[in-house]
Amino acid sequence: MKTENIKHEENEHSYTGLNSKKLLMWAFLGSDCMFFAALIATYLVNMGNNPPGTPFPEDVFSIPITTVSTFVLLMSSMSMVLSYASLSQNKIKAFRVWLLSTVILGATFVGFQIFEFYEFSHHEVKVECGDLIDASKREKLTDLQVKIGDEKCIEGVKKVSEKVPLTPQVNLFGSTFFTLTGFHGGHVTFGIIWLLSLLIYSFKGNVSPLNLDLAALYWHFVDVVWIVIFTVVYLFGVFPGY
Amino acid sequence: MTTFALPIPKRPTHPTGILNWITTIDHKKIGVLYGVTAFILFLTGGIEALLIRMQLAAPGMDFVSPEIYNQLFTMHGTTMIFLAIMPMGAAFFNYLIPLQIGARDVAFPRLNAFSYWTFLAGAIMLKSSWFLGGAPNAGWFGYAPITEIAYNPGHGIDFWILSLQVLGIASLAAAFNFIVTIINLRAPGMTLMRLPVFTWMTLITSILLVLAFPVITVALIELMFDRFYGMNFFNPVRGGNPVLWQHLFWVFGHPEVYILILPAMGLVSEIIPTFSKKPLFGYPVVIFSGIVIGFMGWMVWSHHMFTVGLGAVANSIFAITTMLIAVPTGVKIFNWIATMWKGSIDFNKTAMLYSIGFIFLFIIGGLSGVMHSSAASDAQQQDTYFIVAHIHYVLFGGAIMALLGGVYFYFPKITGKLMDESLGKINFWLTFIGMNLTFFPMHFSGMDGMPRRIYTYTSEMGWDLWNLISTFGVFIMGAGILIFVLNIVYSYLRGKESGNDPWDARTIEWAIPSPTPEYNFKKIPLIHSVDAFWEFKRNGTPIEPASGASENSEDEKNIHLPQPSYWPMVVSIGIMLAAYGMIFGLPISILGTIIGFIGVYAWSLEPVNEPEQH
Amino acid sequence: MSAEEHNHPNASKYFKIAIILCVLTALEFGVFYLEFLSYGIIPILTVLSVGKFALVIMYYMHLKFDSKLFTYIFLAGLFLATLVTFALMILLDWF
Repeated sequence: MKTENIKHEENEHSYTGLNSKKLLMWAFLGSDCMFFAALIATYLVNMGNNPPGTPFPEDVFSIPITTVSTFVLLMSSMSMVLSYASLSQNKIKAFRVWLLSTVILGATFVGFQIFEFYEFSHHEVKVECGDLIDASKREKLTDLQVKIGDEKCIEGVKKVSEKVPLTPQVNLFGSTFFTLTGFHGGHVTFGIIWLLSLLIYSFKGNVSPLNLDLAALYWHFVDVVWIVIFTVVYLFGVFPGY
Repeated sequence: MTTFALPIPKRPTHPTGILNWITTIDHKKIGVLYGVTAFILFLTGGIEALLIRMQLAAPGMDFVSPEIYNQLFTMHGTTMIFLAIMPMGAAFFNYLIPLQIGARDVAFPRLNAFSYWTFLAGAIMLKSSWFLGGAPNAGWFGYAPITEIAYNPGHGIDFWILSLQVLGIASLAAAFNFIVTIINLRAPGMTLMRLPVFTWMTLITSILLVLAFPVITVALIELMFDRFYGMNFFNPVRGGNPVLWQHLFWVFGHPEVYILILPAMGLVSEIIPTFSKKPLFGYPVVIFSGIVIGFMGWMVWSHHMFTVGLGAVANSIFAITTMLIAVPTGVKIFNWIATMWKGSIDFNKTAMLYSIGFIFLFIIGGLSGVMHSSAASDAQQQDTYFIVAHIHYVLFGGAIMALLGGVYFYFPKITGKLMDESLGKINFWLTFIGMNLTFFPMHFSGMDGMPRRIYTYTSEMGWDLWNLISTFGVFIMGAGILIFVLNIVYSYLRGKESGNDPWDARTIEWAIPSPTPEYNFKKIPLIHSVDAFWEFKRNGTPIEPASGASENSEDEKNIHLPQPSYWPMVVSIGIMLAAYGMIFGLPISILGTIIGFIGVYAWSLEPVNEPEQH
Repeated sequence: MSAEEHNHPNASKYFKIAIILCVLTALEFGVFYLEFLSYGIIPILTVLSVGKFALVIMYYMHLKFDSKLFTYIFLAGLFLATLVTFALMILLDWF
């Protein structure tokens, strides 16, 4: 029934032979590139403008954790494409299973992000006072650690710590980072709602491969944006050369 | 669908009266809605301009308070650009594109209705700021940090941010729709190099839109976060960079200038060949220079920022690209002039007068534009009335003149009646003379150093005469516009029957009856050449129905048209409430979001009524 | 539609690509800790992530098998986005 309706809805001839909705989706993705470019550019150009004494990328990022969440999102892309492949071969059960795993993996990714946001906003700087004296170890400490260590380490104290939360308000790194990754997370969340809607709908009507493909394109795009963010924001962000 | 019992009401069948207009997804009705709404908003922007000119008529005036004055010039600029010229262009896109490419409707008719209602929502939101605590007051490009909460604590800027976001959604939706429509819904045989020029310019405009709007969206989001949540993007006290706002704004803002002017150039390229009885001179060159303008429009944005201090290298590069972009624009002007050369020009048609007026005024605006492409010279002109003169010559003398000409040209297509040509001539000459009286003296006051946006000035500055002439000119221009309104009303009620092809026109929209039937083309035509209708009339190349197009039908009752829908407007209302809620409280936002979601789900699930029995 | 689907790779191909993607991510992770590379990690990481990006859009978003028009539309946006980002970084003295 659903496909019949779609036929009425769409204008039947297409000059290029391409599906109009798919064309729309690709145009949207091209446009969304500009959206994320503006956010990433804002992040990059503001990197040097943070007041000292506030958390910098190297203070808060944990590359192993983010690598895991990156992996989770990549896997969700794989299950998405498998879901699409199953639907186009009319394997409805496999399609639903893969779609559900995509949703779960996507939700896991968002969970990681929420965890990260929480951690950052409760960030605690810890310094081993011994490291401050050893020149080679001191070199590896972040500016913030050195600052806090120099302030707080006195005779007989081994470890000091201080709460220095990273919030969107505290410095430009906070503003740009939370806005950029927040909008990415928003995109993922929207994708989850979309995929869930298709999953629920598949029990009531027929999801056409085309409709799933549209959601899949969106989903993979959000994934490639994360590939860029992971490298540019996280890996380059912690890289001491900056 | 019976198995799927969702409580979604059926689509309205044969709605009448107001329900007809609010559920319509017919591109022609949406085009008319766009046009009428945009023209009303154009008048409100005009009234704002009138008040500005009254305040500046003589030195030391106190006609409006300084606070109101700041709000007036901000609202005038924002209104004219986002609520008047852009949607007037959109009105023509909507009405003409499916007709020019030989289609039944746009690719996504409901999305098209959504664009209109969202545009209206944004317009209502921006204009309502006058009554809800004060309009925005930081100029139409809202430079940070004056827009930051510390310096601008009222709600005016919030209204500005949020309504521009809503308008952005509307423009993006429309632009996606037209890109897909033009690529996909062309009639058989209508290759890209057989497209009417207006359609080409619409395609370029839409591509610019979808690439430029996300940038301003981000800039506005960042500004909003600064204001609402105390972030630091443009706040220099905390290391933020106000110059970044200028960059982001103009990365959007310069392509935006071409978004405003390219549709006008498209209209002129339709009108001039028709009334010169010649094909457009160098059709491929006109198209190509349009593409070059669209591409180079991305490389010139910093010429708005020559006085920021970007350094000699950056200024030189942007000065050179700015001088270069004048070349494709100049090429187009030569093409129009060469089209008229040795043509049998019909000077009696108001549409043609407007087009010639467009060329004349746009050359003046273009020349002053080239003058401030030189960074050194621009340093003297930046933020003076010289710039104000330039922008009004290109946007009023350019865009508005062409759009008004377009109304005269296409009024018969829309209503089946001719607009009165004698009133039209009075309308044109008053507008033309008034326009020049208003804006030409601004070149002199600007060269004399009068800064834009100042509240008042003293007599010693020597700007009295120029300002008085400018204010005088506004009244003449206003009279011209009033006669335009009068002419529209008169012609709509009493106008002469136009017949299908009153102008002996060239493109296929004139091959079908006027006013356009609901289904546009009874049979989808097969296109053999550019200007297919002209070829048919002069060389007898028939416009035959494309064989095998399944939509063709002898009996118009069998033509399937997309059905009306309630949901586009529901989604728009949701978006509007969500935006208002950002100012007036979270519950309204949540309500708006819920309404929006209900609308989206109902939209994607709503059934299509079974075709009626005949 | 059907002709288009015949060209589509099957599930095992998608698995293979997923494995490559994981390997590339692991490489990124590993390279990041090789301190002797110093600034050398910037080009390496860039190449690796561009590779991931390309794999996803070519195979998972099946640009490789679809009409070239989709590729052009998307790459236009991507190209301009990259250009604007670099222009802003230059203009705002990032380098």
